[in-house]
Amino acid sequence: MSTTPLTPAPAGRVSVPAGPASPTPGHGTADRTARTSVSRRPVPVTVWVAGAFAVLLVIASFAPGLLATADPRAIDLDAPLAPPGVDHWFGTDQSGRDLYSRIVHGTGSSLLIGLGATGVGVGLAVVLGSWAALGGRWADAIIGRGIEVLFAFPILLLAMVFIAVYGPSVQTLILAVGLGIAPGYARMVRAQVMSVRRSGYVQAARALGHHPARILTRHVLPNALRPLLAVLTLGIGQSIVWASGLAFLGFGVAPPSPEWGALLEAGRPYITAAWWLEIIPGLAVLATALTATVLGRHVESTLEGDRS
Amino acid sequence: MSLSTRHPGPSPSTPPPVHPASASVSHPAAARDRPPRGNRPSPAAVALVVGHKALGAVFVVWAAATLTFLIQALLPGDRATLLLNQQTGQVQERTPEELAPVNEAFGFDEPLIVQYLDFLGGLLRGDLGISYTLYQPVTTVIGDQIAPTVVLTFTALAIAWALAVVLLVLTARRTPWVSRIFSGLESAAAALPQYWLGIILLVVFALWLGIFPVVSGSGAAGLVLPALTLGIPLAGFLAQVMRTEFERTLDAPFVLTARARGMSDGGVRLRHVLRHSLLPGLSLTGWAVGAQFSAAVIAENVFARPGLGRVLVTAVNGRDLPVVCGVVMLVAVIYVITNLVVDTAYILVDPRLKEAA
Repeated sequence: MSTTPLTPAPAGRVSVPAGPASPTPGHGTADRTARTSVSRRPVPVTVWVAGAFAVLLVIASFAPGLLATADPRAIDLDAPLAPPGVDHWFGTDQSGRDLYSRIVHGTGSSLLIGLGATGVGVGLAVVLGSWAALGGRWADAIIGRGIEVLFAFPILLLAMVFIAVYGPSVQTLILAVGLGIAPGYARMVRAQVMSVRRSGYVQAARALGHHPARILTRHVLPNALRPLLAVLTLGIGQSIVWASGLAFLGFGVAPPSPEWGALLEAGRPYITAAWWLEIIPGLAVLATALTATVLGRHVESTLEGDRS
Repeated sequence: MSLSTRHPGPSPSTPPPVHPASASVSHPAAARDRPPRGNRPSPAAVALVVGHKALGAVFVVWAAATLTFLIQALLPGDRATLLLNQQTGQVQERTPEELAPVNEAFGFDEPLIVQYLDFLGGLLRGDLGISYTLYQPVTTVIGDQIAPTVVLTFTALAIAWALAVVLLVLTARRTPWVSRIFSGLESAAAALPQYWLGIILLVVFALWLGIFPVVSGSGAAGLVLPALTLGIPLAGFLAQVMRTEFERTLDAPFVLTARARGMSDGGVRLRHVLRHSLLPGLSLTGWAVGAQFSAAVIAENVFARPGLGRVLVTAVNGRDLPVVCGVVMLVAVIYVITNLVVDTAYILVDPRLKEAA
């Protein structure tokens, strides 16, 4: 636990991305000062907690040995299915492997799946959403209809179709979850790009005779995609939950990996004998999702405070 | 919602009615004037809008069907080989003599367009094809198992609505800490992974307390925990969307008027404010029905409850694409129909949406 002093500083940086420092000095109108004071509201406690947990997650991903010194694969046949206690904080599985170490060592791959799926989903959404908003009436109609059709397939079912076709694997999982979350984000991006496109500063740039490509890259995309920062954070949490749900159903990553979904899947046969094998990995998923939500919302409200 | 930007519309000469609850916060840039209140849409206008929406719904169903067909037809590898291997549990190359009867029976060697037309024709007759592993019509497979899933889904919806409404009426805009605690609880509930909530309920109420059966079966006692598993997260979602509208409506002038008339706080909340905040909940429900059907897959697996979810998991494991696609099609159709109903109800309830539709 020598890592605790590290926690506060990066946590603060994570949670306040475009803080009050951004307005340039010299524009000190009354309006400006009012805005600064709004975004300088104290950061809520929940955000601090979430930030601290996010730091723990990052440490667990890159240097799991710092948090869990025991070997996640070490088998202790004297203590199979031991309940949580002093020796094994989170208990052990059927082979006596320490659940705490397994969860810590599984953080990296779990987050990677979440990140990958969010990347796929948001990437698709940005392409489709901006295309629909900027590509003219036909593109908008076609993509809009396509998104509507995808909406008719709930995320879990879409993912299961994918798995039925390609068989379970990490790539399928990432692709399936990414595709499942894409339509919602695509709709969001489209609305965002639309509203930016109609905004005063874009019209001004157009009136000044700027080249459309320049308007697009300098004005429309940066402003339309900035709110996506919050969405990205929310998406990671959401993706991890979906991926772990699929793993729980038996469509996850192969069992020897201590990835969280795989832990859930492996613990299922023992649910009546060892509740901790299901509930604690699930708690890790939930805590990560909540952290992502809290941080995402905070980023969102900070950005909104900046704009209004 | 961004549809409104396409309809700048002529602004009526009468000033827009003062109605803060309707202030379109979602798109403040497009502050469009509205026709005066009380101007109910004519039946013809409603029919036109609903007809338009119904056409859209038919399109979505057709596209979903095409998509599921393409998934089956463009599956990597040979379908007849896959089918034989799944049935025998072997992985091996098949001789043309072995493949011929399968191709014949399922029509795999027909041109793609013929297969597609057959598939669409079958859909119109209510035929979803033959299961690869069970050799039964998919409709029979689904028909045998759909009842418990429908019961579960709608019980969960009812629970979610009841929880959300009670929570809102009791806690919205009370002492700051009450509101904050409950809106925090809502977010937490909405974020709960269903499998996790299900396991907790199972461990606590079935294993430790022994109040409910561990294996749900299809009885009424076995319905409670799975329905709560699906209902609690949805209640969180519903309460979240409705809380915003609820709290905004509490500031509306007509609420002040009602209070000035001497109406009690509870009366105001139940008779005026709740009605306004139901709308966002209603549109969320349209979406939620589809999502609930898929979440039922998880609940049924946690509680070993019969239903479509278990059929689906078995089918995915067996790569039984006609069954998987059949279930997915069914859910898509249910989603489309519920949304059509919700949209129609919406237009009838709220004439302001006549234009936007």
